[in-house]
Amino acid sequence: MSVVCPASVDELASVLRESGSAPVRVAGGGSKPGWGGIAAPADHVVSTLGLNRIVEHAEGDLVVTVEAGARMADLQQTLAAAGQWLALDPPDAGATVGGVVACAASGPRRLRFGTPRDLLIGVTVVLPDGTVARSGGKVVKNVAGYDLGKLFCGAYGTLGVVAQCTFRLHPRPRAVRSVSVGVDDPGPLVRELRWSPFRPSAIEYDGERLSVVVEAFEAAADAQAEQVAALTGGSVSAGVPSGFGMRPWGPDDVGLKATFRVGALSEAVALARPFRMSAHAASGVLWLGGACDPATLAELRAGFAAYDGTVTVVTAPDSAKRELDVWGPVRGVELMRRLRDQFDPDRRMNRGVLDVI
Amino acid sequence: MSLLGELAREFTASLGSAAVVTERAALRTYECDGLTAYRCIPGLVVLPTTAEQVGYVVRRCAESSVPFVARGAGTGLSGGALPVETGVLIVLSRLTAVRAVSIDDERVVVEPGVVNLDVTRAVAAEGYFYAPDPSSQQVCTIGGNVAENSGGAHCLKYGFTAHHVTGLEVVLPDGSVSRFGGLAPDPVGYDVVGALVGSEGTLGIVTEVTVRVVRAPERVETVLAGFRSMDDAGSAVSAIVAAGVLPAAVEMMDTLSIEAAEAAVACGYPPGAEAVLIVELDGPADEVGAELDEVRSFCEQAGAFEIRVASDAEDRVAIWRGRKSAFAAMGRISRDYIVQDGVVPRTSLPQVLRSIAAVSAESGIRVANVFHAGDGNLHPLVLFDSSRGETEAAEAVSERILELCIEHGGSITGEHGVGNDKKKHMGRMFSAVDLDVMQLVRCAFDPASLCNPGKVFPTPRLCGERPGRRTGVHPVEAAGLGEVF
Repeated sequence: MSVVCPASVDELASVLRESGSAPVRVAGGGSKPGWGGIAAPADHVVSTLGLNRIVEHAEGDLVVTVEAGARMADLQQTLAAAGQWLALDPPDAGATVGGVVACAASGPRRLRFGTPRDLLIGVTVVLPDGTVARSGGKVVKNVAGYDLGKLFCGAYGTLGVVAQCTFRLHPRPRAVRSVSVGVDDPGPLVRELRWSPFRPSAIEYDGERLSVVVEAFEAAADAQAEQVAALTGGSVSAGVPSGFGMRPWGPDDVGLKATFRVGALSEAVALARPFRMSAHAASGVLWLGGACDPATLAELRAGFAAYDGTVTVVTAPDSAKRELDVWGPVRGVELMRRLRDQFDPDRRMNRGVLDVI
Repeated sequence: MSLLGELAREFTASLGSAAVVTERAALRTYECDGLTAYRCIPGLVVLPTTAEQVGYVVRRCAESSVPFVARGAGTGLSGGALPVETGVLIVLSRLTAVRAVSIDDERVVVEPGVVNLDVTRAVAAEGYFYAPDPSSQQVCTIGGNVAENSGGAHCLKYGFTAHHVTGLEVVLPDGSVSRFGGLAPDPVGYDVVGALVGSEGTLGIVTEVTVRVVRAPERVETVLAGFRSMDDAGSAVSAIVAAGVLPAAVEMMDTLSIEAAEAAVACGYPPGAEAVLIVELDGPADEVGAELDEVRSFCEQAGAFEIRVASDAEDRVAIWRGRKSAFAAMGRISRDYIVQDGVVPRTSLPQVLRSIAAVSAESGIRVANVFHAGDGNLHPLVLFDSSRGETEAAEAVSERILELCIEHGGSITGEHGVGNDKKKHMGRMFSAVDLDVMQLVRCAFDPASLCNPGKVFPTPRLCGERPGRRTGVHPVEAAGLGEVF
C-alpha cells in the first residue's frame, strides 16, 4: 500500500490515471474515521491534504473557491477576516472541505443554511480514470448543465475525488444568543418554535436540554432571545452552550444517524431513548451513540421508517460493524448502482464504504 | 401503419380518445413553449391523468424506441419543452392533485401539473408559503419548476427549487417508476433528487413532488428607491451586501424597462429615475426594523432621490407589479424582443452593464435591463423590429451579452435553462470533457437517449464511450478568462 499526497489537481489526476484499476482509498483530514462501511484494503491511498489552497475568495460576491484538502477551520479563519463564513458547522474536528462534502456532513445550523449540497455552487472532480471535470461555476445562480456537485455530496468518494469546491458564503452573525431549557419531550416546544415568528439558526436537543440559538444584529438577537426564553421558559446566555452539536458517541460506541419527518420529533426522541442523542430537532435529524446489536438496529429502522425516515450506521468499531447492516434499505438503489457503474466501472474507489450501492 | 400511428391507436384504446391528440391542427397548439422562436409539431400528444398512465406511455415509447418530451404549462423560456417531430409529447397539465398537505412536517406532496402558486394557496391559511416564485408563478407548474430548477425574485434569500424539493416519484426513461427522498431529510445514498432537479426533463418524468414549505415571515418591508444612475443604485446594493444584510429580494430596473413598465401597468415609479431598486426585507419584526433603517440609509448615501416604503400589502403588490410585468411590458415599447438570462458575479455588474450599453450603442439595438441585483442574474431585454430586418442584429447583441457573462466568470443561464436555445453555448462555458462527464449521468438514466433528446447538450454522445479521451485546455482557461473553478 502506498500513500500519495498530490499537490495539484493535475497530479491527483495522474495518480488515478496511472494506477489503472487498482483499488484506491481517498483520505482527507481523518476527522470521520470509519464513517460508512468497512473500507476494503486498497493498493493506493490518496490523501487530499496537499490540495489545501484557498484559490479565490471573492468577498463582494460572497463566494469562495477552495481545494478539497483545506481544513474547514483554516478556511473559516480566513473568511472570518472578511466578516464571512461558510455556513456549515459539522463538529468533527480537523475536517477538510472535501471530507465534509463527500460525507454530506452537517451540523446544528443546517436548520437555517442547509447542508453541503445547498451551498456548493461549483465543483472540480477527478474521476476514477483520471478525467478532470467541472460542473456549476462561481455564481450562486446558475442552471447550466447537470449539477454534479449534488451527486458528489454524500457519495463518500465512490464516484471520484472532489478536488476543488466553490461555495456560497454568508455574513457572520453579529451576535449569538442561546436559550436553554430542560425538557423530557421536546416535541411540543419545537412545534411552537417552528410556528413562532423567530428564525433560529439552530434548535438542538441532547436528550435533556433544548437549546435554541438565535443570530442577528445585537439588539435583534437580544430581543429574540428574550422572546424565545419567554415562550420556552428557558434562560438566555451569550454564545452557544457547551458541547453544542457534538456527536454523541465515543470510539467504542456505535454511532447512528436517524432521520424522520420533522413533525414526528416526540416519537423519534422516544425511539432514541436507549441511546445518547444529539438532535437537530427542527430538521428531522438525530445522531445516536451507544451499544447496538443487529436486532436493535432492525427495530430502530422499523420505528423510524414509520416516520418516513432511515437509520444508518455512521461509525462503529469494525467488530461491531461486521455484524450490522450499515446502510439498510436504500430508496432508488438500482438507479444509484447505474450511476456508480458509469462513473467507476471498476468499482475501484473506496470499496467497502458504500457497498450497498 | 406508422409506429406513431400504432402508438396513437394503442393509447386511445387504453387512455381514451380525450387523452390523445393526433389532429394536425390540434397538435400545432403544442409546437412551442414560452420561447416561440423554436417550433416543431409533435408526432403525437398524450395527456395522461395519472402517474400510472405516464409510466405506461413512457414504457411503450421505450419499447418502441420512440423519443418523448414532457411538458407542463409550456411557460419555459429556453425551448426545453420543444417537441420532437417523430416523438410523443407527454403533457402533464392534467396531473393536478395536491396529494398531501402536512403543515406539521412542513411538506406538501403534489402532482407535477399543480401550478406553483397553488402550492402556496394550499398552505397560506396556515401561515406558510412555497418559496420559489418565478415571475410566471400564476401559471407555471411544479413539474416544470423541477425540470428547470426555477428561482424567482426571492431566491436570493430562500434558494431555488433544488433547495425546496425533498422527494420525487419519477418515471425513468425505461418506463419503470422509482422514488427518491420523501418527507424526511437526507435520503441514504446519492442525492438523486439533486441530480434530477434542473436536469431539464432529460433524465425522467416526475409524477410526484414533495416540497418544503416555509413559515411566512412576521414582517415584510418593501423599499422602492429611485436613483440618477445605475452606478448609484449598484453602490447601494454593494453597501447592503457589505453590511451583512441578506434581503429576501434585490431587484433593479433601468430607465428603458421603467418606461415600459409605466406604459403597461402604471406602476408609479419615481419619475426621472435612471434606475430603480426594489429591496424586500422579511423576517422577525425587530430584525426587519433594524435592517430597514440600514437599507434606507445606504440608499440615501448612494444618492437615491426618492425612497418609498410600501405602506401595506396592496402597496407592496403595486411596487412589484412594475417589476413582474417588465418582460411582457416590452411589447409596449418594441415590436419584438428577446428575453436574455445570464449571470455575472455581483461585483462585475457595473462593468458588464457598461459593456452592454456600449454594445447597444454600437449596434443601434436598444437593450432594457431588468435584473436580480443581489445575485448578478441579468435579464437584458433586447428590443428590435423584425419587420425592419433587425432580427439578426438583435440576436448578435443577445449572444454578445452571453459572451460578456462568460468572460466575467458567470453563467449562460441563471434560471431559464439551456433547453434548445443555449445548447450551442454550453461548449463555451464547459470543456468537451466536462460535458462528456455530465453525459455519464444521462447514460445512467437514459442509455437510449429517448427522454427529451437534443436538449441541453450541444452534441449527443453514445453511452459506453469513456470521457477524458479528449485532451487540451479548458476553453475558459484558454481564453485567459479564468482558472479552474
